[in-house]
Amino acid sequence: MSSSDKPESPGAVPPAKRARIIALTSGKGGVGKTFMSANLAAALARRNLRVLVLDADLGLANLDVVLNLHPKITLHDVFTGKNHLEDAILPAPGGFSVLLAGSGLVEYSRLTPQVREQLVGIIDTVAPRFDIILLDTGAGISDVVLYSVSLADEVLIVATPEPTSMTDAYATIKVLATHQQRRAIGIVVNQVSRVGEGRAIRGQLQLVVDKFVTPMLPADETAPKLELIGEVPLDGAVREAVQKRQLLLEVLPGAPAARAIEIVATRLAP
Amino acid sequence: MHKSDPPSTAPALKLAGALQLLRQSGRDVPEPAGIDRVAWLQAVIDGLCELSSRDPLTGVWNRRQFDVALTSEIDRVARAGEPALVLMIDIDHFKSVNDTHGHAAGDVVLKEVAQALRECIRPMDTLARVGGEEFAMILPNCPPSFGHAVAERVRAKVQRRWVEVAPGETISVTVSIGGAFAPQWVRSSAPLWVERADQQLYLAKQSGRNRACLEKPMVSLVSAEEKGLLFGTSQYQDLQDLE
Repeated sequence: MSSSDKPESPGAVPPAKRARIIALTSGKGGVGKTFMSANLAAALARRNLRVLVLDADLGLANLDVVLNLHPKITLHDVFTGKNHLEDAILPAPGGFSVLLAGSGLVEYSRLTPQVREQLVGIIDTVAPRFDIILLDTGAGISDVVLYSVSLADEVLIVATPEPTSMTDAYATIKVLATHQQRRAIGIVVNQVSRVGEGRAIRGQLQLVVDKFVTPMLPADETAPKLELIGEVPLDGAVREAVQKRQLLLEVLPGAPAARAIEIVATRLAP
Repeated sequence: MHKSDPPSTAPALKLAGALQLLRQSGRDVPEPAGIDRVAWLQAVIDGLCELSSRDPLTGVWNRRQFDVALTSEIDRVARAGEPALVLMIDIDHFKSVNDTHGHAAGDVVLKEVAQALRECIRPMDTLARVGGEEFAMILPNCPPSFGHAVAERVRAKVQRRWVEVAPGETISVTVSIGGAFAPQWVRSSAPLWVERADQQLYLAKQSGRNRACLEKPMVSLVSAEEKGLLFGTSQYQDLQDLE
C-alpha cells in the first residue's frame, strides 16, 4: 500500500507546511482592527498568498458585517458539532477565505477548556492549507484574546494616536511581554494625521516598555522590541468603504489608506 | 406514628431515607408538628443541600460546593474587578502516612489539616476538600501583594500543628500550595483558574514540597507613572504641538 492512500498518516508523508499565524489585537476596541484584518488579508491575497481570516472575536464578532457576508454556517455550528469545519470556511470578496464566528457565540466569550481545544483543533486543521492565517481577536485583554494570541506566531497590535488606544495598546504589550514571553511585537498605527506619527508612537511605546516592562522580566532575557509595521492615514475613503460594507482595497484601491495597507502587507510578506 | 413523619394531611412523600441521612449526619430535623408544612419541607431540603455540599470526614465544603463558589467568584471578579486568589493545598507524602500509621491515622491527619486550614480563613472565604488529600481555598478580595503572605501563613499553620495519630504518637505533616489569581475584569472560567493554580501546585511539589508557589498576577493596569511617560515626554508633546 502506497503512502498516498493515507495522506493523513504521520510519518508516511513529509510534514505539511504550516501557515504563518498572525494575531491582530488592539487592547481598545474601535480602532479599526477588523477593518485592518479584512483589508490586510485582501492585500496579502493579491500577493498570491493563500490567506484565511479567523474571526477569533468569539463573543462579539464583526467580520461578517465588515465583509457584508451572511454566513449560513459559522464557527458556532462547528463548535456545537452541527457542521463540518470545511463548510464554515467561506470565500470572501478580496480573494481570501474567512472563518466567521457568527452571533450566538456569547457563551464562548469566556475561555473554557472546551473552547481552547476547539480553537487549537480548528487552527491545526486549517494551517496546512494556507500560507497566512490572520486571527482577528476581540478587543480588551480577555483570556479568549490572550489565548488566541498565544496560538499565533506573530502578533500585530493595531492602535490609533488616541491616548486611550495608546494606553490600552501599552497594557496589551505589557501583558504579552510578561505573560507570553513575547519579545517582538508588531505595531500598526491606524488613523494617523501625518507622516511619521506612527513612528513617533512606536517610539513612545518603546520608551515606556524599556522603562517599566523590561525591568519586570528576568535579567537574562532580551528586552521586548516593538516594530512599526506600518501607519495608515486617517482617510475619508475608509468610512466610505465601511459604510458600503466593502473592502477599501476593492472599491477605492488608490486611496491613501489602501496604499498604506498594501505597504503593511509588503512588510509582512516581502 | 414516627415523630418525624410529615403532617398527616400531606400526600405521601417518601422522606424516610432523607430524614435518616440527616439524623445520621447529626443534623437537626425540626419536628413536623407545630410547624408549617412548607417550612418543614424547606428545612429538610436545606438540610439535604447542606449535607450534599459538605465533605463528611472533615466537615469542610466538598468539591461540588467548591465548583459552585468558584464559578460565582470568577463572575464577581470579572464584574467588580476585585482580586481573588485560589489556593490548591495538597498534603505532602500522605500515602506514606497511610502506609506507616494506617488509614484511621490518615483520616485523623485529614481532619487536623482541615482544622488548621479552617483557622486560617475569613468568614467570606471558601474552604473545601476537593480530592483525597487535596484541599482548596477561595479568597475573595485578596490583593496580589498579600498572596504570598497568605499562602505562606497557611503552609506554616499546618506545619506547626502536631497530629496525634495514635495514643501518645504525634506526627507533623506539611502541605504544598499552588495559587493563582482570577483574571480581573476578564470573563474567564473556573476550570482554567484551577488549572493555573494546579500548575503552581505542581511546581511546589517539584521544587521540594512544603512550600507555596503563586502564579505571577497579570499586570494589565497602567500606572500614572507609565501614562506620564507615555504622554508626557517631549516627543509626544512635539506631536501634540504640531496639531
